[in-house]
Amino acid sequence: MQEHLIELQDIYKIYQMGDTEVRANDGVSFTIDDGEMVAIVGKSGSGKSTIMNIIGALDVPTEGKYCLNGTDVSSMTDDELAAIRNRQIGFIFQQYNLLPRMSILKNVELPLVYAGVNEAERKRRAMAALEKVGLGEMTKKMPNQLSGGQQQRVSIARALVGNPSLILADEPTGALDSRTSKEVLGFLKELNEEGNTIVLITHDNSIALEAKRIIRIHDGKVVFDGTAEAYRKEI
Amino acid sequence: MKIVQAFLMTISSLKSNKMRSFLTMLGMIIGVAAVIAMISIMDGMIDDTMSNFSDMGADTISVQLTGKGSNQLTSEDFYQFAEDNGEHFREVSPNISAGVNLRRKEQVKKDMLVYGVNECYADMNGLKIQEGRFLTYADMKTRSRVCVIGTYIRNCFFSDEDPIGEKINIGNDEYTVVGVMEERDNSTEYSWDAYIYAPYVRVSRMAGSAEPNGFTLKMTEPEQSEKAQQVLENYLYAFYHNKDCYRVTNQTSMLDMMDKMISMEKNVLVGIAGISLLVAGIGIMNIMLVSVSERTREIGIIKSLGARQRDIMKQFVIEAAVLSSLGGVIGIIIGGLLTTGMGNLIGLDCSPSIKAIGLSFGISTGIGLLFGYMPAKRAAKLNPIDALRSE
Repeated sequence: MQEHLIELQDIYKIYQMGDTEVRANDGVSFTIDDGEMVAIVGKSGSGKSTIMNIIGALDVPTEGKYCLNGTDVSSMTDDELAAIRNRQIGFIFQQYNLLPRMSILKNVELPLVYAGVNEAERKRRAMAALEKVGLGEMTKKMPNQLSGGQQQRVSIARALVGNPSLILADEPTGALDSRTSKEVLGFLKELNEEGNTIVLITHDNSIALEAKRIIRIHDGKVVFDGTAEAYRKEI
Repeated sequence: MKIVQAFLMTISSLKSNKMRSFLTMLGMIIGVAAVIAMISIMDGMIDDTMSNFSDMGADTISVQLTGKGSNQLTSEDFYQFAEDNGEHFREVSPNISAGVNLRRKEQVKKDMLVYGVNECYADMNGLKIQEGRFLTYADMKTRSRVCVIGTYIRNCFFSDEDPIGEKINIGNDEYTVVGVMEERDNSTEYSWDAYIYAPYVRVSRMAGSAEPNGFTLKMTEPEQSEKAQQVLENYLYAFYHNKDCYRVTNQTSMLDMMDKMISMEKNVLVGIAGISLLVAGIGIMNIMLVSVSERTREIGIIKSLGARQRDIMKQFVIEAAVLSSLGGVIGIIIGGLLTTGMGNLIGLDCSPSIKAIGLSFGISTGIGLLFGYMPAKRAAKLNPIDALRSE
């Protein structure tokens, strides 16, 4: 049997809010293979953020099993999850989430710091990642000296630098204008063509349609899972 | 994550909040400076008092023989005793006093005190000669009629003349003045400056007894004065078999008491200053808690990038420790300056002791680690999702 990169089996995430039980994920199952570009789409409150947190090893499910690269992540401790995030996952956030007091280069080096990579190697790999996103000239600048699009490219470089199995982009264009959004999406597609697995979380159907495969979440359940063409007909 | 890396991050975070970092450190600076100044100045005071006292013969034990009868310990006995117990006693001087009338030419002073001692007495008691010399061993051997006078006597009898070599009548005999003692009490009557010192053999006779009734012994090791006193008392008891026949006074035990008293005062003051260190520690904890909640999002980001709990702990604990030990170092410098400055002001020779510096540096770093731990723990335990969501 072929090993999937991501394998979600009957994921439940249940929060207790006072007396009421909130089922953010109500039995979610799907798999994603290496090299795919998948958009997870849903309205706010649909449970897509919860599923992203679980895929991103930021959280563990209440029930169910999540395997990443064949390893069961669903019952790991805090520090084990940190190691998974460090080695296997590259995050791209809506708000870029760069550390304001560090130069671009240091920001990109950060995941390697926690991986225990030595300084020379860190610098070399961070430079390479920044050059890849076209910011090789700006390594000494601080995040607030860059435009939104540039900052998002820095965060892409940071996501790439550890050479992760999965790039997880949470509303990556949410804070950008339409022209820069296109640029960033184009870049993500390019990365996918190079073989990187990309999971894109968005509430925006037009952005989701940039992916090859779309998974739609509604009320904590998967209501659609298919190709972009099929999804286009659906809506 | 390596310590060095955490350290570099700390520096950048402290630099980005210079004013706040400084104010937080200020508590530590004041606390450490106060502790150092207190310890050093009190130590200076103790040293000063102690050396003053030992100049005045605080490392001596004196014996007063009060027994009646002809069977008494003699000066020869005491010389022998000191020689036999060299590990405890270095020198002995007999002392005996007699009330006499002084006369020079037509001038008379009644009821003055002449003190019979030997050549060791001046050094033992830290007495200094202003002119001429003190009594010598030869004076004892030859039973010379020589004397050393206080400045009051000099002023009375010799006003402008040089008294050395001049004659003065003590009682019925004529004595040659060989020296003048240094002034101690503004040359007033009934003071140290009105004393006359003469060979003890001579003074015993004036006092009408064969032997001196008092002895002063200088200890070899004043730190072991109690042992020395014990040895002396055993010797006396073995001779007299009656504790009422002699009285032993140990100056060092007074010194010990004084030392204890000042040390206690010192501990109280240092304790009060130490409280300010505690307050400084709480200040650091407070600011670290603020810093953690301000940087919640940042903590969320680095957690999402794979920082483990101990990486975050390390960073925050180091930050607190750097903050407080930096404050400690500045406090040490200021405390040192304060010590020297205040020492000069009150005329004491004090310098900050290595012990005080080590202690306060250790305490300030320790407080940083201790009070930094709780906020750091809180930071490390933050849930990355909540932390990322915070603004």
